[in-house]
Amino acid sequence: MSKLALHLSISLAALAAAIATPVLAETVAITNARILTAGPAGEIVQGTIVLRDGKITSVGPGVSAPAGARIIDAMGATVTPGFVAANTLLGAVEVRSLGDDLTVNNPDIGAAFDVQYGLDPQSTLIPVARLGGITRAIVMPLSAGGGGTDFHADDGEELYTAGGGGGSKSTALFAGQAAVIHLGEGADILVKPKVGMVVPFGDGGANVAGGARGAEIVALKAAFRDVRDYMRNKAAYDRAGVRDMGLSKADLEALIPVVEGRMPIIASVHKASDIRSVLQFAREERVKVILNGAEEGWMTAGEIAAAGVPVIINPLSDRPESFQVLGATMENAARLQAAGVTLAIEGQGGAHRVRELRYNAGNAVANGMPYQAALAAVTINPARIFGVADKVGSLEPGKDADLVIWTGDPFEPLSQPTAVFIRGESQPMTSRQLELRDRYKTLGAGYPAAYSR
Amino acid sequence: MRVFGTVAALVVATAFGGCATTAPASKPAGGDSAKARTLPKGLDSANNGDPFASTYRPLPSRPTALFGATVFTGTGERIDGGTVLIRDGKIEAVGAGLVPPAAYDVVDASSKYITPGLIDAHSHLGVYPSPSVPAHSDGNELTDPNTAGVWAEHSVWPQDPGFNLARAGGVTSIMVLPGSGNLIGGRSVTLRNIPARTVQEMKYPGAPYGLKMACGENPKRVYGGRTRAPSTRMGNVAGYRNAWISAADYGRKWDDYRAKEARGDKADPPKRDLQLETLVGVLKGDILVENHCYRADEMVQMIGIANEFGYKITAFHHASEAYKIADILAQNDICTATWANWWGNKLEAWDGIEANAAMIHAAGGCAIIKSDDPDVIQRLNQEAAAALAAGRAAGLNITEGQAMAWITANPAKALGLKDTGSLTPGKRADVVIWDKNPFSIYARAERVYLDGGIAYDRHDARFQAKSDFEIGQGANR
Repeated sequence: MSKLALHLSISLAALAAAIATPVLAETVAITNARILTAGPAGEIVQGTIVLRDGKITSVGPGVSAPAGARIIDAMGATVTPGFVAANTLLGAVEVRSLGDDLTVNNPDIGAAFDVQYGLDPQSTLIPVARLGGITRAIVMPLSAGGGGTDFHADDGEELYTAGGGGGSKSTALFAGQAAVIHLGEGADILVKPKVGMVVPFGDGGANVAGGARGAEIVALKAAFRDVRDYMRNKAAYDRAGVRDMGLSKADLEALIPVVEGRMPIIASVHKASDIRSVLQFAREERVKVILNGAEEGWMTAGEIAAAGVPVIINPLSDRPESFQVLGATMENAARLQAAGVTLAIEGQGGAHRVRELRYNAGNAVANGMPYQAALAAVTINPARIFGVADKVGSLEPGKDADLVIWTGDPFEPLSQPTAVFIRGESQPMTSRQLELRDRYKTLGAGYPAAYSR
Repeated sequence: MRVFGTVAALVVATAFGGCATTAPASKPAGGDSAKARTLPKGLDSANNGDPFASTYRPLPSRPTALFGATVFTGTGERIDGGTVLIRDGKIEAVGAGLVPPAAYDVVDASSKYITPGLIDAHSHLGVYPSPSVPAHSDGNELTDPNTAGVWAEHSVWPQDPGFNLARAGGVTSIMVLPGSGNLIGGRSVTLRNIPARTVQEMKYPGAPYGLKMACGENPKRVYGGRTRAPSTRMGNVAGYRNAWISAADYGRKWDDYRAKEARGDKADPPKRDLQLETLVGVLKGDILVENHCYRADEMVQMIGIANEFGYKITAFHHASEAYKIADILAQNDICTATWANWWGNKLEAWDGIEANAAMIHAAGGCAIIKSDDPDVIQRLNQEAAAALAAGRAAGLNITEGQAMAWITANPAKALGLKDTGSLTPGKRADVVIWDKNPFSIYARAERVYLDGGIAYDRHDARFQAKSDFEIGQGANR
């Protein structure tokens, strides 16, 4: 590397670091708080938590505020880690019916599709989600017949757009790569790209493979064989000296970390028999897998636990909405948890209604899940599943200072957040929705509402 | 002791005696000559009986005393240490410290909460049932922008498992509407949420019909996509107005015919038209207008149309921007049936806010939290809690007792139901016992009474209905 090039690359790296690192956040001590750490310390009935330079420096009952720190007396309020929402569309959708940045129909870009390049930090959905206590999210490509949407089918037409209703129109075997984002203010919300490869199974998988479930597993195995052949002999591939392969070069490259077991497959899968089929596929191909959906997971809970496979669920799924989920029940979360499965609970639809994440956790508790397990399912578990538990997911010294102060139990609708910190920075407690609310609070007096700010 | 009433059977099924399309119109004058002019069966709605009459029968009930609970009456009050007495399927008395009479079944509800049975003012259960497959898609007759002649009850599949799940969420009455793909989508039907073989067995006796109308994006998208009218909002409005002009004309022809017939004059009857007949039912005040409409400006356009043709809009549904015109809606006595959490799924819902219902309430209007969703219907109480919290966060002083009306008394009003929606003596004993405060996320309905009969019990499998669809397939969830 030439000296100039080296210099340039160092400058670019410094610039990138400057953008990625938040402005040094103030030192804050939140005192007199009930702290739900979601970490080894469990619940601290009354304690203090200190934030400095964007990190948590200390948490505990006997912690004193450092000199010069801004003191926030919580007066007994509850502090939790910022929630980590799995399975979202945040930063990649505004108005649902106008489309999203998570669906690709390009024969050469399937596995290679990477959501990290299309994120919008200005999305109005981000402050709304933040006011639901969410500070990190996993943005996932939409797969055929997958969930991850809250498109409201109020005219029935969406019933015919994809299996399961209102899903993605993707036709790819591999829907693409997910990323972790933070929900703080700023120009760069990307935290960690390439945290998983979304693959539809069940009805969705059958659709993309030509119509039948069995065809999909065969197609996936063939694709993985291609990737392994390609890895062994890239030079020959470039000389066109190998047999034809079903995937583009970009897709083959994107799948290398998957076949090497470094990047998990995020399997959209619902039915018990399909879950077994995914587990077997993962075992045979020696790939890591995360189950997403898993409405009938409780019927295979022992096998999922034995395989050490984590699961993302919506604990509200209890209707036989399709023939894939005849066994759906509100007790899915409790039963999976009891079997020892690592669970992440998702929000409602992952976009406009993702703020209902905390209600979903509460409903899991109402239906038998222990409270601390439900808290873990919206904090440390999704952080672990997507490889960011070293930075977020619990209130522990050394971690990023992502936390929320609540007027009460965060799972209760009647509780409200009073402060949100992301990487130590205090976030504005407003949103476009709240601004609309405030401009119409007083009607009919004086100037039109349009003159209010 | 605080007693809201004593034994009373004030409200009976005939409370809806004036009901719309089933009520006979003025009888033709004269004896034999009038009889001679009687139209063939099916050609005169007034002499046609009700071909789809309710065959609802209440569940068996026993005199019951629920004592010691925190009671939300549905009319705004909260009674601590309250007792609810049920007799002959009706609310007999509600108050603090009432002594259960002898021979009553006594239920210790101390530490529990009691509310009226919840009412969902907007559901598609049965017409978009689970599983949601094309074979089940019966909610939108998307073949013409005006399908006022279709009736939702002719699509309702009583075996929809969603009815059972809604009941486990405390929902005892439901208005099922056609979808919103058409300007005028057809008649709604109001159901008692009871397991049944036929929709007639679920039909709420005497409940008025509703007419589903829809503003905005859906109709113009559906028909504009087929390059036919309407393809714009102005096309929508022309469509409604043309429909009402035809209806008014049709109504006049029947009125003329009946007047002539009454005088004994020779008269040719108009040909019966199901579409226009329903619209005339609205113009005569027998059928309630339930209007899907998101945007504030469009709601006011719809009020203008209602004024032009002399009908009343009972409720705007979804109404994401109702808070912008809360004053106008209150002045016009139009209910707002909305959510707390839905917004942004499409552009006309882009300005939806959590505090919508609370701001309607604060303006003196009729606020309703409804589901329009087979999942939300299972947790109307939680949706109301989120709406209440948003109102409080906006600085509005609203009690839990008042917010309870959003899912009980107010939807009863919007559905034209006079005998349910509150724990008032004489009303149907539609009652829910909750294990915790229903505004808590952890609360679940423990027992649900319909007409004083146990329709659901969380702890007793004998009272946990399963639809035929759920039998013998899948795992026992």
